[in-house]
Amino acid sequence: MTQPAIEVRGLGKRYRLGVAEERAAGVRSLGGRLLAPFRYLRRSLSQASEAETLWALRDLDLDLQPGEVLGIVGSNGAGKTTLLKILARITEPTTGQALVRGRLGCLLQVGTGFHPELSGRENIYLNGAIMGMKKAEVDAKFEEIVEFSGVARFIDTPVKFYSSGMFVRLAFAVAAHLEPEILIVDEVLAVGDAAFQRKCLGKMGSVASEGRTILFVSHNLEAVTNLCSRAIWLNQGRLVDDGAPDDIVRKYYQASMEKAQSTPLDQVTDRSGNGALRFTGFKLRTPEGRELETTATGDTVDFVFDYIAPKGEPLNNVSVWFWVNSQMGQRLMQMESVIVGQDFLSLPPRGCLVCRVPRLRLAPGAYQLGVTATVQGERADRIHDAALLEVSSGDFYGTGKLPPGVFVDEYDWRAEPAPPRGLPSGSDGA
Amino acid sequence: MESQPQHSVIIKAHRGWAALRLGEVWEFRELLYFLVWREIKGRYRQMALGPLWIVLKPFITMVVFTLVFGRMAGFASDGLPYPLFSFAALLPWQFFTVAVSKSAGSLVSNMGVISKVYFPRLVVPLSTAFTGLVDFFMAFVIVLLMMVYYGVFPGWQVVFLPAFLLLALATALAAGLWLATLAVKYRDVSFAVEHLLQVFMYLTPVVYPSSMVPEAYRFLYRLNPMVGVIEGFRWSLLGSGPAPDLALVISSGIVALALVSGAFFFARTERNIVDLL
Repeated sequence: MTQPAIEVRGLGKRYRLGVAEERAAGVRSLGGRLLAPFRYLRRSLSQASEAETLWALRDLDLDLQPGEVLGIVGSNGAGKTTLLKILARITEPTTGQALVRGRLGCLLQVGTGFHPELSGRENIYLNGAIMGMKKAEVDAKFEEIVEFSGVARFIDTPVKFYSSGMFVRLAFAVAAHLEPEILIVDEVLAVGDAAFQRKCLGKMGSVASEGRTILFVSHNLEAVTNLCSRAIWLNQGRLVDDGAPDDIVRKYYQASMEKAQSTPLDQVTDRSGNGALRFTGFKLRTPEGRELETTATGDTVDFVFDYIAPKGEPLNNVSVWFWVNSQMGQRLMQMESVIVGQDFLSLPPRGCLVCRVPRLRLAPGAYQLGVTATVQGERADRIHDAALLEVSSGDFYGTGKLPPGVFVDEYDWRAEPAPPRGLPSGSDGA
Repeated sequence: MESQPQHSVIIKAHRGWAALRLGEVWEFRELLYFLVWREIKGRYRQMALGPLWIVLKPFITMVVFTLVFGRMAGFASDGLPYPLFSFAALLPWQFFTVAVSKSAGSLVSNMGVISKVYFPRLVVPLSTAFTGLVDFFMAFVIVLLMMVYYGVFPGWQVVFLPAFLLLALATALAAGLWLATLAVKYRDVSFAVEHLLQVFMYLTPVVYPSSMVPEAYRFLYRLNPMVGVIEGFRWSLLGSGPAPDLALVISSGIVALALVSGAFFFARTERNIVDLL
């Protein structure tokens, strides 16, 4: 029996809320200071009361065997990143302990410590040193790293001239060649183009097949199911469930859908943006204005988003889009006002934004719907889990029947006779 | 049966004072080297004069001091040419100010790396202090050239010069560690340090000889470790001014105490630095 690679016992991390709030409100800036010069000093010296604290992680027990690939799912603020940060020794836990056996490598955010004025070559060595690689190790893998990154031509150019894609590829290449016994990956795959993402997933897969342990946090539930051998679900700092990835992902997805369905948009806290515009409600309507609980494949349906401008003033230059994701978190479609040239030059301080979809092409099933608006080019409100979209079986083709698949579309079948022998066919001759 | 990895770490909450874990800093010595190298190499890219600035900065200051304090104010200079007198003091002084102000802000300015990767945090202020040492050695060449120009040659005391440089380094690190730790929580620190260092310069004999300080206060005055460093530089390099005595021993003791306590204070804060940044 081998020993676990990671043993976590009663791990907890408490944050003090006040500090974070003050920072968010910019009280550390000059203006806030002038108004209350000693407030910060007084607060920082006093003991935090229970009401002022938040347990980002609480009483977590976890054993991870060598070679296991653990996926961690949960909504924002569930404690996923806190757990990774504790295991990576970036911050200390408040309670409990974790035993980590083996060298641990970390892809919390790639490219940290890159110096813009230094060349790619120089940054490879610097980055390697930051992650604990010896110069000799980097020397030995240098060619491999450069080849993986695909920036060989620019290796002696200062990285400030790199595109963001090149930057990320180079950074990931260094991290991927660290060859740790335990690898921590947090959302790196959200960057880079599709081809590079595949390459990264492939690299992770090969790392896993070499018997090394991986902890993987991603909002891409499909990647979690495909890559991981086990998954845990965290919610508000506590472990909710632990088991096979597809089972955990399904349960987590259902729970977040139920939550999305039962929470009106104005009460959703898991949102981001500057708040110049706030979504307050979502409903489905027929073109005649009748409200719908669900919709059906082939229906013409209005997606209605209520909003307010909290300042009460009219809004200029508003762009809005919503998207539909599969249960696995894969983006199926996205309706953007900017793409069809229908941004809003000015909007009243309250109202609703309506997107009409004639003949809905989604196959029956449950989908997750998210929405974002920008005002003057800056993100005003973004809600990832805005609503559950239930599509029931409809009469798209007028035959009462629907095929399997994610989408339906209009089509016509016909037969064409083969062209007579000896003559070039129509398409070849053109 | 798989081979057991030798490397295993227990992560748990520490209360009170923690060990310094200097062995770990040693393990990361290559990072220390790369950070110094990054700072020096990155700093002078896209500059017409490049590393020449390292020597230009103290040189220009010396010229200004010579005009203002040497000529206009007519300060005494222990019988030495004033340019040489002030430059020999400016060398350790500039090293000290740069090392203190840079390392005081080092944790805050490196928060991007610190919040993403684990390594012994002590490496960060150490690397800034060592960067200052590289500058020091470059500027040292100028003082040698000046000594040849003025025909001033050191005596046997010159063997003690490294000891005074070490004292300057220790003083800078002691102040740097305390300030860097405080700066994480109170951003006022880096702001205040710049001004305090300016004031502090007039409390050390950079532009004037320490013999100008009234007799009654002189012992107290010379407990300032930087007074010891600058007097020591002039004594060992130029053979002028008072030789080291009891005051230097006491001030070295103060530095040692401040350095050790600073390191422990740093280690105590280090563990949760990310939550404060």
